[in-house]
Amino acid sequence: MATTLPPYATTGQKIWYYAFRVFCGLVFFYLIFPILIVIPLSFNAQDFFTFTPEMLRLDPEGYSLKHYKDFLGENGDYSWLQAFKNSLIIAPAATLLSVSLGTLAAIGLSQPHVPFKRQIMALLISPMIVPLIITSAGMFFFYSSVSLQGTMAGVILAHAALGIPFVIITVTATLSSFDTSLTRAAANMGADPVTTFFKVQMPLILPGVISGGLFAFITSFDEVVVVLLVGSAGQKTLPWQMFIGLREQISPTILAVATILVVISIALLTTVEMLRRRSEKLRGMSPG
Amino acid sequence: MADTTTDGPMLAADGTPLKQSLARALRRQKIRALMLTAPLLVFVLVSFIMPIGSMLMRSIQNTAGTEYVPDILPNVVAELEGWDPTTGELPSEAAFRAMIVDFKAAFENKQHTQLGRRFNYETPGMSSLFRKSGRKVSRMDVAEITDAKAELIDVDDDWGNIQYWATIKANSGYYTSSYYMAAFDAERTIEGVQMKDPDQRIYQKLMLRTLWLSGLITFCTLAIGYPVAWLLADLPLRTSNLLMILVLLPFWTSLLVRTSAWKILLQEQGVINDIWIALGFSDRLSLINNQLGVVIAMTHILLPFMILPLYSVMKTIPPSYLRAAKSLGATNTTAFLRVYFPQTTPGIGAGALLVFILAVGYFITPELVGGADGTFISNRIYFQFSTLGNWGLAAALGTIMLAIVLLLYYVYDKLVGIDNVKLG
Repeated sequence: MATTLPPYATTGQKIWYYAFRVFCGLVFFYLIFPILIVIPLSFNAQDFFTFTPEMLRLDPEGYSLKHYKDFLGENGDYSWLQAFKNSLIIAPAATLLSVSLGTLAAIGLSQPHVPFKRQIMALLISPMIVPLIITSAGMFFFYSSVSLQGTMAGVILAHAALGIPFVIITVTATLSSFDTSLTRAAANMGADPVTTFFKVQMPLILPGVISGGLFAFITSFDEVVVVLLVGSAGQKTLPWQMFIGLREQISPTILAVATILVVISIALLTTVEMLRRRSEKLRGMSPG
Repeated sequence: MADTTTDGPMLAADGTPLKQSLARALRRQKIRALMLTAPLLVFVLVSFIMPIGSMLMRSIQNTAGTEYVPDILPNVVAELEGWDPTTGELPSEAAFRAMIVDFKAAFENKQHTQLGRRFNYETPGMSSLFRKSGRKVSRMDVAEITDAKAELIDVDDDWGNIQYWATIKANSGYYTSSYYMAAFDAERTIEGVQMKDPDQRIYQKLMLRTLWLSGLITFCTLAIGYPVAWLLADLPLRTSNLLMILVLLPFWTSLLVRTSAWKILLQEQGVINDIWIALGFSDRLSLINNQLGVVIAMTHILLPFMILPLYSVMKTIPPSYLRAAKSLGATNTTAFLRVYFPQTTPGIGAGALLVFILAVGYFITPELVGGADGTFISNRIYFQFSTLGNWGLAAALGTIMLAIVLLLYYVYDKLVGIDNVKLG
């Protein structure tokens, strides 16, 4: 395969070149189409999940903000808004917990001589690998026995555990390229460990910490199974509401919610990408 | 050593031998590293490992409600000890008498229905026997009864069913293997442990289906992810960064959004079927609530987990290798098969294992688009858990699945190394 087609390419090479690109184009389409399709569909004036003839004619009559108004509770049903509010309590709290504990542990694990490093890493990353249904069933049994089941604290604790692998992965990756002589230099000049951490190390690893935090946030913000089992009616989150809505009677408000979530993920992706480039630039890895 | 005036060990500034001083510094460093990690380890232990442990315990504990079965039926357990169900004779008069005593106590604590439900998992029919006998047995007075066996059978003929008594005897310990037996489609009969009829072996079927569909999905992601990763690794950085967004956006988009998008696209009155009809076909395709729907949706959802590791491996292969192979006379196919492909196998291993591990445990997507024949073992666990309330069986199935996943995780760690997991 070549990046550009040379002028002397044979017909066979040309066919191969274009076929390859068309195939990749189709895969990209497959990747992005389902996500983008929900956006126009969410403005449907009807309660349908497909394009109405009015929409295809681009008739303004065919479009409306009806589903968004339903989301905001204009039809008197505030369950979506309440779920959104719960999500906005649970996700940041869980993120805070996993980022603070995770960053500390990642710094510990990045020291040169850590006993059982591999085992500890394997343990800390396992919440990402163990199927959610197993984690949630276990959490249901255990949290019930310590009366955390059905409480906000229980759900936050559970989500924090799920977010930890992401914080550990991103922060240790950032720390692996961190020049430890900087902390030694700071210590040499009389800074105590706490000052060194906040003035020297933290600013440099901050991009990694933030992207780890965003991963942890989206993990909690998107999580259903744990909430279904560990939570109760008081902890209904947005994904819970969507899951129930999709399983029982599929309500078109889901389209509006999906669009809002797509916008949020675009914002998060942009932030993470910007942070990544910034940290690469800081470390002199990329000219951009 | 150049310095001949000192023949003792080298000393550090404070006068201790240098070796000792260094060892102490190293020890301090190790302790500091562990101290930094300790809070998180404790947190993970409490919030994650102990829950998993309690699930493992659930799968072997013989409980009805919150109490162990032998604690609810202490006298019956003692009396049944010497009884052998294979003789074909009912237990002794004393055992029936003990049953009346224990049953009355259980009725008082409102445990008899839970007890019935517990035995019903092993032998259907026992739940209704315990429920129906409740009030009548509770009115009996053991002191006045001369023939407990006749009295009890008079309440319900099923008390004379030897299979029921055998079930009680088989499940009279604090721990039981019966949930695992059920999870492997075996059952305990009077003659011993036997496999169920082939058409009743639902869990084996479900486990095989989960593994087969996960394998198929892994293959699909590899088949369409490999060319894309190659293209991305081959294009100039500026273009590939742009195209990478198309891979990363799905990765960042909520799983529920993607699943609901597929549900909307694939349904009978959905966009894809509308296009299909508009193209002139007369029959609507059934794309959802079957295995096809699960494969389409899950391949889409897991594709980034295949492309990203493949991309990071392909990025490290210098393009000059392929050119060198070709200039030495290799055809395109030979150059690919013998030079490029072997170098990408670490990426294939990493991506395939990750996708497979994630697919095996999937719950939401099969639940929403899988219908009846596209469900995974996770869905059955959830069903046992939430609808049937058979927590022991749910825990046993979960433990089996956990063992499979941990085995794959171990292989992944050996092959790829967990510290090499990359996100985005």
